Amino acid sequence: MRLLKLVPDNTNIGFVRVRVVAFVITALLTIAAVGAFGARGLNLGVDFVGGLMVEAKFTAPPSLDKVRTNIDALGVGQGSLQQFGDPNSVSIRLPLPASTDEGANNAVVNKVSASLRKEFPGVTFPRYDTVSGKVSGELIRNGLLAVVLAVVGIAIFSWFRYEWQFGVSTFVAIVHDVLMTIGFFAITQMEFDLNIVAAVLTIIGYSINDKMVIDDRIRENMRKFRQMDMKALIDLSVNETLPRTVMTSLTIMLALASMLLFGGHVLRGFTAAMMLGIIVGTYSSVYVSSSLLITLGLQPAKFDAEPKDNARAGAERVGPRG
Amino acid sequence: MLDFPRWKVWSIVIAIAIGVLLSLPSFVPEATAARWGIGGLPRINLGLDLSGGSHLMLEADTVDLAKQNVAKMEEQVRTEMRRADPPIDIGDISTTGGRLSFFVRNGALVDAAVERVRTLTQPSGMTGQRDWDVQVVDSTRVVLTPTEEGLTAATKSAMAVATEVVRKRIDEMGTKEPTIIQQGDDRIIVQVPGLQDPAALKALIGKTAKLEFKLVDLAATADQVKSGRAPVGSEILPYPDNPAGVPAIAVKRRAILTGDELIDARQSYDQNNRPVVSISFSSAGGLKFARVTTENTGKPFAMILDGRVISAPNINEPILGGQAQISGNFTVASANELAISLRSGKLPVALKVVEERTVGPDLGADSIHAGILASTIAAVAVVIFMALSYGRFGIYADIAVTLNIFIILGVMALLNATLTLPGIAGFVLTIGTAVDANVLINERIREEQKRGRNPTQAIELGYKEASRTIFEANVTHAIAGLIMFLLGSGQVKGFAVVLLIGIATSVFTAVVFTRMLAVGWLRRARPTVLNV
Repeated sequence: MRLLKLVPDNTNIGFVRVRVVAFVITALLTIAAVGAFGARGLNLGVDFVGGLMVEAKFTAPPSLDKVRTNIDALGVGQGSLQQFGDPNSVSIRLPLPASTDEGANNAVVNKVSASLRKEFPGVTFPRYDTVSGKVSGELIRNGLLAVVLAVVGIAIFSWFRYEWQFGVSTFVAIVHDVLMTIGFFAITQMEFDLNIVAAVLTIIGYSINDKMVIDDRIRENMRKFRQMDMKALIDLSVNETLPRTVMTSLTIMLALASMLLFGGHVLRGFTAAMMLGIIVGTYSSVYVSSSLLITLGLQPAKFDAEPKDNARAGAERVGPRG
Repeated sequence: MLDFPRWKVWSIVIAIAIGVLLSLPSFVPEATAARWGIGGLPRINLGLDLSGGSHLMLEADTVDLAKQNVAKMEEQVRTEMRRADPPIDIGDISTTGGRLSFFVRNGALVDAAVERVRTLTQPSGMTGQRDWDVQVVDSTRVVLTPTEEGLTAATKSAMAVATEVVRKRIDEMGTKEPTIIQQGDDRIIVQVPGLQDPAALKALIGKTAKLEFKLVDLAATADQVKSGRAPVGSEILPYPDNPAGVPAIAVKRRAILTGDELIDARQSYDQNNRPVVSISFSSAGGLKFARVTTENTGKPFAMILDGRVISAPNINEPILGGQAQISGNFTVASANELAISLRSGKLPVALKVVEERTVGPDLGADSIHAGILASTIAAVAVVIFMALSYGRFGIYADIAVTLNIFIILGVMALLNATLTLPGIAGFVLTIGTAVDANVLINERIREEQKRGRNPTQAIELGYKEASRTIFEANVTHAIAGLIMFLLGSGQVKGFAVVLLIGIATSVFTAVVFTRMLAVGWLRRARPTVLNV
């Protein structure tokens, strides 16, 4: 049987040669993402701004204007509506009532549901969330802290295990991945909630995973071919690992696509973020982080001593030794 | 390489068998599992987003607690000064700014007063600090300031009691398997699966349920009640259902009885068939109630719940049996709620709902179905793709990833972990990433064969070289997962748990297990060329 080979044998693409172009495009896209974030901001969910979210499921796609008029007439504050998932579902976000009385939140929910039931018979409310301002502040803080810790922690890990250039290039590429994801949410105005923070952290994890594989090959080849020119060596390493990069990205995309199509509407934003992250992460592994090593001045000569090699002895013993 | 000792094969097979076995109970309903004789094995908990239900985060009102703390101290100080021999005359008692300060009329007794007040304070914390700081200001004024340690200790003990009270109240509601845990210093998490409408639950735990019986102050004039200025020794309390029309009433400050002296409370009906709450006092409380009602026959007394008067009936005759009825504007449901609250005791501190998430059971069931469908399709797609790309080695990877799914579920059941909707996403992602290890290995085998190595060498080198990369990549992935687990809230944690378990088990199945399969085949078939 002939097996599927997505990347033909002896592929040799000059990734390093196009690095200046890649850097410029990457920088422009990153600036655009940051600009979009600055101009439009994020559509933060109740997790992060506090408030009340009611999910309403109608029997037929409702007119959003009609729903809006209905809610605005209740005097419970400025509502923001968003269709999500299937066309019958609408999420309604409202500010928290000023009164901290126990019943106040319930009263708002009841008012909204009673009024909508009257106008749209058969509507159901399968989900609602209430988050107070204090808790949402903590969630923002923890979310930011988690992302910063993940990026810094992993950059430090690769710096200790490898040369500093690997740490810096990984760090730059990951900051790029995170910014692109945030830019995507700024442009699409999809709701940014706690799940998206989990998605961002996963993207960070995956993206580093990807870079680690290439970095590892670069180091291996540096030991093997001490005389080789750095540019050629990096191209060789990226090309050698290219079949794996493509295969892994594709399998994960396959899994995510099935989640996006069949996994229900609650996690749609999460899955979309993840898919984008995989694309961006793979791109930055191939075009940005490895070429950046040259710009940062990685020298093969520095590898003569190999002081850190012993640390890997344990790692190699994952399976029985032959 | 070809040397794969028998004990190693057996330990791998046994480890996998245990993992798969542990996952089985979670696939079938509890009753079926019991019939198969595996009912005792741990099962995976479903998160509220999958089972439907309510998640509430309650926060103690620490301001209210501090206020209560000062009020309690005020009572103690008054009693202590009265008890002194000769009694110490104090006045101008103020509790503003969270402190208690009072004026000692006889300057010569200030020291004696301070001495007595000091005996009321308690040591708290490890530093030998006391819970109140006592000072003399302007030589006649004694000021008590609660210390940081004192307030912390008060919060701590109040929260321990509050958690218990909340648990009792929820248990009384008859909900199944509620989770009630204290979080941090001043929060309680309540999770009730299967609950559709949390309004009743919130009403139940939102009530402090502080019950007091006080005599109505008949001397107070209508003007005094309206203006809110009570005569000495009395106070004006809100009375929303007052038949007199004014939504307030004057009552004596001193309570004749409190809810602490209750031993039981039940919802029942009065002679007009209106819902009421019947209460029974402890024997001491009953005696006290009998005495007060005998002395005050014909006068009204107020039943006060959480500072609001619910009703103020006349004492028609002495009540001697230690039983009474709380009447008011009740429905059966609200009378039942009050009865539960009174039975479970009063909350030592008011609790506010600061976070609430409710998922209807239908949406939960939809999410499970969608999640299972998505995972199955993802798994099938990945399995086909791997087999097409790597042939025999792809099939080995497929067996590994399938077993891995069961093992993750088994480990989750063993750890009593909770599966949430993001957790299912974690599953789907794990299916994708778990085969990455096999992709790395198989690509490496391909490469080594291309370099002219024979099958044995290619497989050996493939596993050896790829293992290092796999290890490093998984460590970084685990760092991200660990951070998510430590800092994430409920849902995100659910995702992190699956991710972390998946990372650990996938190294085992994707590297160790597939290697065993590959070596076994190599020995049997002795191939001269690998089709990979």
